[in-house]
Amino acid sequence: MGTANSPLREEEMQAYPVEGEAFSKSNKINKPKKHRKNRKILQNWQLYIFVLPAFLYFFIFHYIPMYGVQIAFKNFIPTLGIWGSEWVGFEHFTRFFESYYFWDLIKNTLGISIYELIVGFPLPIILALALNEAKDGLYKRTVQTVTYAPHFISVVVMAGMIIAFLSPATGIINHAIQLLGFEPIAFLSDPAWFKTVYVLSGVWQSTGWGTIIYLAALSSVDPQHHEAAIVDGASRFQRIWHINIPAIVPTMIILLIMNVGNIMAMGFEKILLLQNPLNLESSNVIATFVYQAGLLDAQYSFAAAVGLFNAVINAILLVTVNQIARKTSETSLW
Amino acid sequence: MGSAIQDTKKDKAFKALVLLFLTAALLIVLYPLIYIISASISNPSAVNTGEMWLFPKEITLEGYKLIFQNDDIWRGYLNTILYTVLGTVINLGVTIPAAYALSRKDLAGRNLLMGMFVLTMFFSGGLIPTYLVVKSLGLIDTIWAMVLPNAAAVWNIVIARVFFQTSIPKGLEEAAIIDGASNFKLFTKIILPLSAPIIAVMALFYGVGHWNSYFNALIYLSDKEMYPLQLVLREILVLQEMASQNTNMTGSMAEAMHSKQQLAAIVKYGVMIVSSLPVIIVYPFLQRYFVKGVLIGSLKG
Repeated sequence: MGTANSPLREEEMQAYPVEGEAFSKSNKINKPKKHRKNRKILQNWQLYIFVLPAFLYFFIFHYIPMYGVQIAFKNFIPTLGIWGSEWVGFEHFTRFFESYYFWDLIKNTLGISIYELIVGFPLPIILALALNEAKDGLYKRTVQTVTYAPHFISVVVMAGMIIAFLSPATGIINHAIQLLGFEPIAFLSDPAWFKTVYVLSGVWQSTGWGTIIYLAALSSVDPQHHEAAIVDGASRFQRIWHINIPAIVPTMIILLIMNVGNIMAMGFEKILLLQNPLNLESSNVIATFVYQAGLLDAQYSFAAAVGLFNAVINAILLVTVNQIARKTSETSLW
Repeated sequence: MGSAIQDTKKDKAFKALVLLFLTAALLIVLYPLIYIISASISNPSAVNTGEMWLFPKEITLEGYKLIFQNDDIWRGYLNTILYTVLGTVINLGVTIPAAYALSRKDLAGRNLLMGMFVLTMFFSGGLIPTYLVVKSLGLIDTIWAMVLPNAAAVWNIVIARVFFQTSIPKGLEEAAIIDGASNFKLFTKIILPLSAPIIAVMALFYGVGHWNSYFNALIYLSDKEMYPLQLVLREILVLQEMASQNTNMTGSMAEAMHSKQQLAAIVKYGVMIVSSLPVIIVYPFLQRYFVKGVLIGSLKG
C-alpha cells in the first residue's frame, strides 16, 4: 500500500548498474531496456509459476464476482446465465430505496458501527498505554496473555456465551441483576438492548488483541525523550500525554481510516447468530438482509443490488476519510 | 522505565491507578472464561440457579459424557480437522511461493500483481456474485467449497512478502543465481529452509481461521454429514437456545436434549470448551508467533 514510487526506481537502477541514475532517468524508453526487460521475464519464468496459483485464486474468486456484479442491473435467471439475463437498469435499486425497511436497515447498520467505533476504538489505546506503563514481568505478561485470548474464540462460541450468560432465567448476568434487587432483563428479545450487547461483547473479545499494534508503536519511542522529560520534572501523566500519545497518533489514524472504511461491513456473522424475530427491529443490518434476500429467498439480483449499494457507500466513506486524514495530518492509507 | 529518579507522590498514585486498571481488565476478561470451565463440570441445577458463580459445585462429568456420546459432535470434529488441515496446506501452497516471488525486485510486473491482489481488500463482488461463482463451479456440497473460496488472504500475502523482503539476505539469492541455480532450486533448497518462522505464523493464522469459521459452511453446505464443528455448535448453542427462549424452532439436537433439559445447560458450557480445546492448548505456547505476525503486518500497514 502506498509504496508506489520507490521500488520502481530501484528496479531501474538495478537494470543499469554501470550507467547510473541520471542515465536511467533520462532514457525511459530505449532499446537495451526493453531487451533487458524481456530477458528478465524469460529468466524468471519460474517466479511467475510461483504467483500463478494466487493469481488464479484472486481472478476466479474475486475478479469474476466483480464481473458478476452486473446482475444487480439485470433480472438474473440462472438458466440464462449472467450474460443472457435481461437488463433492467436501476429497478432493483429503486425497489430497495422505496421499501419500508430501507431506513431501518440504514439506521441499524450505521447505528451499530458508530456505536462500536466510539466505544471500541479508544479502549485498546488506553489499555496499551497502561500496559506500557507497567513494569515488564510476570504480571504484565499475564495480563497480555489473558486479554489476547478471547480473540481466538470462534463467533459461534462467542454467540453461545452471550446467549447463555444473558438468558433471563438461567444466565449468570441476570442472576447478578436479581441479586442487586432488579428485575431480570430479556437482553436478546428486547430490541433496545441489541446494539449494546453486540458492542460490549465485541469489546470483551477484541480489546486485548487490539493493543498489540499500539504497543509496537510505543516500543519505538526513544527512551531519551522520557529521560529528558524526567529531568525537566514532567510527571508520568505528562510524559504519556506529550510523548507517548503523539508517538501513536499515526497508527491511530491508519486504524481509524480502516475502521471507517469498514463501517458498513461490520461483523455481520455475529449479528446473524444473535438475530431472532423479537430483536430483528434493531438487529437487521444491510449485510444480514443481503444474506436473507439473496441466499434464503433466492432473489439474487435484488440482493446483489443491495450489496452493491452497501459496497459503494463503503468505498465513498473510505476515500473521504482518507482525503480528510491526508489534508489534516501527514498520515493516510494512500 | 524511569526508576533512576524517585517517583513523586503524584506519580505513585498514577502508578497505582494504572495497576488498578490493568487488574480490572484482567478480571473482566478472565471471569467468563473461568465461569465456563466451572459450569461445565458443576451440578446443572447449581449452574441454572446461579448458586455456582465462580468455582465448580458438586463436580460431575455427566456433561462431558453426553458430549462424547454425541455422534454429531464427533463427526463435526473430524470434518473440521479435515477442512483445517487441507485448507491450511492449500493456503500455504498458494501464499508462500507467491509472497516470495512478489518479494523479488527482479520480477517484472510485481507491483501490478500486488496491486491487483490488494485491491480485493477494499472492493469485492459481494456475497451473492461470489456465491454464484462457487455454485457455477459445482463446488456446493463438496469439500472444495470449504477450502477454495478462501485459498489465500491478501493480508497474509503482504505479511509473508515483508518477511521475505526483510529476512532473506539478498546476497544469498544472487550467489545462488550466479552459481546457475534455477528459481525452483533456489526456492526449495535455500529459501524454504530459512522460512520456518513465517510458515509457522501463516499456518497458525490460516489454521485458526479454518477452525473457527462457520459462514462458508452455512452457505455452501446443506449436507449435515459434512457439517464442520462450528455448525454443529450453532445448532446446540444458538438455534436450540433461541428455540427454548422463543417458540417453534426445533432441530434434532434440540429435541433429543429437551428430555435432559437440566443437563443441557452444562453440555452447552462443555461444548464451548471441547470445541476451543485445540486453540486453547496451542495458544499460550505460540502467542509470540501470533504477535509477530501482527507486527510484521503493521510494518507495512
